[in-house]
Amino acid sequence: MKTSNEGLSTENGEVLEELKSFGLSFDEYQRLVQLLGRVPTRAEMALIGVMWSEHCCYKSSKRELKKLPTTGKRVLVKAGEENAGVVDLGNGWAVVFKIESHNHPSAVEPFQGAATGVGGIFRDIFTMGARPVCFMNSLRFGEIRAEKTTQASHNAFLLRNVVAGIAHYGNCVGVPTVGGELAFDSSYEGNPLVNVFCLGVVRVDRIQRGKAEGIGNPVFIAGSKTGRDGLKGAAFASRKLEGHKTEDRYSVQIADPFMGRILMSACLELFQEAGVVVGIQDMGAAGLICSTSETASRAKRGMEINLDNVPVREADMLAEEILLSESQERMLLIIHKDKVDRAKAIFAKWDVPFTQIGQVIEEEKLCFYHRGKKAIELSPDLIVHQAPVYELPATEPLLTNSSFPPLEKIPQPIDYKAFLLAFAALPQNSSREWIYRQFDYLVGLHAIEEPGADAAVLRVFLGNEQVRLAATLDGNGRYCGIDPYNGAKIAVAEAIRNLSVVGALPLGITDNLNFADPKNSLVYWQFKETIRGIAEACRFFDIPVTGGNVSFYNYSKDGAILPTPVIGAVGLIETDKPIPKLSFQHPGETIVLLGGWGEGLQGSLYLQERLGITGNQLPWFHLEAEKKHNEVLRLLISEGLLSTAHDLSEGGLALALIESVGSGRKKLGCSIVFPTNRRLDELLFNEAGARTIVSVPKNKLSAVLWNCQHKGLEAVVIGEVLEDYVLRLHYGEESIELKGTEIEKSWKNGLDALLSTTEDYGGA
Amino acid sequence: MNWAIIEFPGSNCGPDCVYVVEKVLKHKATLLWHTEKKIPSVDAIILPGGFSYGDYLRSGAMAALSNIMGAVKEAARLGVPILGICNGFQILCESKLLPGALITNRCSRFICSPIYLRVETNESIFTSLFYSGEVIQIPIAHGKGCFYADPQTIQKMESEGQILFCYCDANGNISQQSNPNGSLRNIAGIRNLKGNILGLMPHPERASENEFGSVDGKKIFQSVFSYIEAKKGKLLPC
Repeated sequence: MKTSNEGLSTENGEVLEELKSFGLSFDEYQRLVQLLGRVPTRAEMALIGVMWSEHCCYKSSKRELKKLPTTGKRVLVKAGEENAGVVDLGNGWAVVFKIESHNHPSAVEPFQGAATGVGGIFRDIFTMGARPVCFMNSLRFGEIRAEKTTQASHNAFLLRNVVAGIAHYGNCVGVPTVGGELAFDSSYEGNPLVNVFCLGVVRVDRIQRGKAEGIGNPVFIAGSKTGRDGLKGAAFASRKLEGHKTEDRYSVQIADPFMGRILMSACLELFQEAGVVVGIQDMGAAGLICSTSETASRAKRGMEINLDNVPVREADMLAEEILLSESQERMLLIIHKDKVDRAKAIFAKWDVPFTQIGQVIEEEKLCFYHRGKKAIELSPDLIVHQAPVYELPATEPLLTNSSFPPLEKIPQPIDYKAFLLAFAALPQNSSREWIYRQFDYLVGLHAIEEPGADAAVLRVFLGNEQVRLAATLDGNGRYCGIDPYNGAKIAVAEAIRNLSVVGALPLGITDNLNFADPKNSLVYWQFKETIRGIAEACRFFDIPVTGGNVSFYNYSKDGAILPTPVIGAVGLIETDKPIPKLSFQHPGETIVLLGGWGEGLQGSLYLQERLGITGNQLPWFHLEAEKKHNEVLRLLISEGLLSTAHDLSEGGLALALIESVGSGRKKLGCSIVFPTNRRLDELLFNEAGARTIVSVPKNKLSAVLWNCQHKGLEAVVIGEVLEDYVLRLHYGEESIELKGTEIEKSWKNGLDALLSTTEDYGGA
Repeated sequence: MNWAIIEFPGSNCGPDCVYVVEKVLKHKATLLWHTEKKIPSVDAIILPGGFSYGDYLRSGAMAALSNIMGAVKEAARLGVPILGICNGFQILCESKLLPGALITNRCSRFICSPIYLRVETNESIFTSLFYSGEVIQIPIAHGKGCFYADPQTIQKMESEGQILFCYCDANGNISQQSNPNGSLRNIAGIRNLKGNILGLMPHPERASENEFGSVDGKKIFQSVFSYIEAKKGKLLPC
């Protein structure tokens, strides 16, 4: 039997085979030999194999990520410096937010995979010293329609369990899940995307750092015991899923949200006392080896760690297994050597295990002792900074010929009413209520509105002050599949528009980049183009990227997933005025379409659903128009002129109207008059950017129109809010009438119909 | 008035109750950790919602065995008003301070939703500021809120007027359609025989400010307040 201290065998074929099992390429192995000046042991290769994996060191994405703008006058901690970026809110407070993916684990074990994803991002936020305020999630699945097919029912199974897993963790830790987004495409078949976002707030003088400073300071591990669960989870995330291997399940960790909650409570209590915690880092991917090496490397120090002191679940664990375990709910803390008793008292109060495992040393090396002997010695710099960085080849695909037919060749729906109801019932379009009913969005008294709006509006307590923040997640794989550069720009613009619809000024964004294999040059081209698009849009709007995540190797059995950047944006609501709602509020108000009717059906969901055409063109989009639109929206809201505001995106005006009628608790309707010089389907379904429907009290209409005219923004009066619960569309002589109850049946119950196994309760 | 708010590990809604007591009601809140063996002199006690001990074993089962529940039982015997919200209700049932049990929702999923409740009687410490039969709105958020008790217990609770809140529709009709979790007799909140303990699945602290669309929950706290004031000889206009 080979022991972990042995080197590799000399037989070449065997060498390559073994290297592969550690996740190292031959070049990386040679690099490691050069850096060490000797042949690495198996234990070292196991550690380095994981630490140099894509998931941990971003070797294929790093060069590109550097192109994103990360600075800004409010940025206190930049992307990549720490576990999450920090943005100043003023008055001594800051906001911390980040998005992360848990795609592969959720494919294999959706409930635990999603739950631990939430746990991971939760720890990333409170590691920074911040009190978590909310979660959001962005989900992608294969088609769930035609539930009778095995594929569809498997996708529905994944969706049900991912949602249940998110609810399980989020509800139990007592942080509200306030919104998110969901889309379906066959390219996500068997490889769902589960991106989770967390936002927290922190007093600027209590921001925590992941630095192992102060020679002689003791190093502690807090939280759950270390077991074999989640071994090599990072490595698992850094390759393609191969079918449904049972062994992959062992790479998925098990969530214990209760431990997560008390761990957070203890840490937050500890942070209140200045000077006790010197450094802190959560244990996510690559567990103890990652947290020790990163904290040591940031401080340019070393550590001596006695692995025999790490509380383990299984007695016979190898040194590298203890170091690589991804058991959940664990933190690494470096405590000031004079304040150890304080820390022990607080962890004891919360019944959280807290064990000293080592100390900070001057020399920049990590020494791990196991069973009384020095087992591993490595330099933190080698682990963290000497990982290879690749510039991969990128190839622009040849333009496909699936260009889009001229409008006049596209037949209009014969029965608009039937089509609209069917369109509203699509899983892509229907109400997300079936999902968010399972999330406790109210705990913490933060969420002012139900989830499902363009952006979540949060009431946040900063000491004795209150502020309102807004947060949103947006991404459109279909757009990015057509044109990753412009698709990414649209994603950023839509996120910013969603913030503007609730009157918020953007503070920063976090991005989750979901792609297939970066070594495929076509995929890498998509990746580079996406980053170029995000960077350009962020520079244009002058918004920093404060952090994010890259997830490669996402494949369905039929090929690469659509390039799917997901943008999380956070904004500050500066006005005290009421925030306009998603739904119609008062009968008799005038409905105004800001940004005009838009044109062209290219890139629209309507064409994809009706004719199965994606085409190679995106909807009309212009950054300057977006900027003007956002400024006017914020101005109108700050003057208290709007009762309703809902931006137009996928599904166009049609879906926006259905949502503003169907989501209202007051059950109000509207009547819209369309111009007859254009096709009705084009007016209803075009997805041109920079557009919002607003409803305005009669006595404020002239002020709205004047402001729009003054700023040069097209504003068209298109209809009015009705007392009747009905959506009425007038097109010349024709009129189409969708009853509120019909909208409820199709739009509101679209997901229930496909997902519910028992009869559901409708709520108040 | 001074409210004791009991905190167990995982009592996620404790801070929300403190906020409502201090900032909305402008009363005093005294936080008490589960290890305490005595409760100082307070006017009323709140067992807040959340996931005490992560719902391990059964919701509320572990908390029922904590030190402080001994003191809560003593306070109950002395007639101190006790309000158990959501997980607090589950703890009160597990502690046998209230009859019945709360089991998994019939749809088997967690439900967070605004909900209509009918106030069955205003002849109680907790409902005196409502009309009997009034329809109010307070949200629920639970996975295990289906109230269950044997038929004799239910009958006894009915005849003694122990059922204070039932799930209903906007017009006050009680039906299966208006029952979110499968609770027997649409029960959402009950009191003990003596009348000083209320267990309530909906969260009144989430319906105490205009921002949240309803202030009906606040009236439950205010009902207790008016009782305490009346007991002190300070009568308030109802």
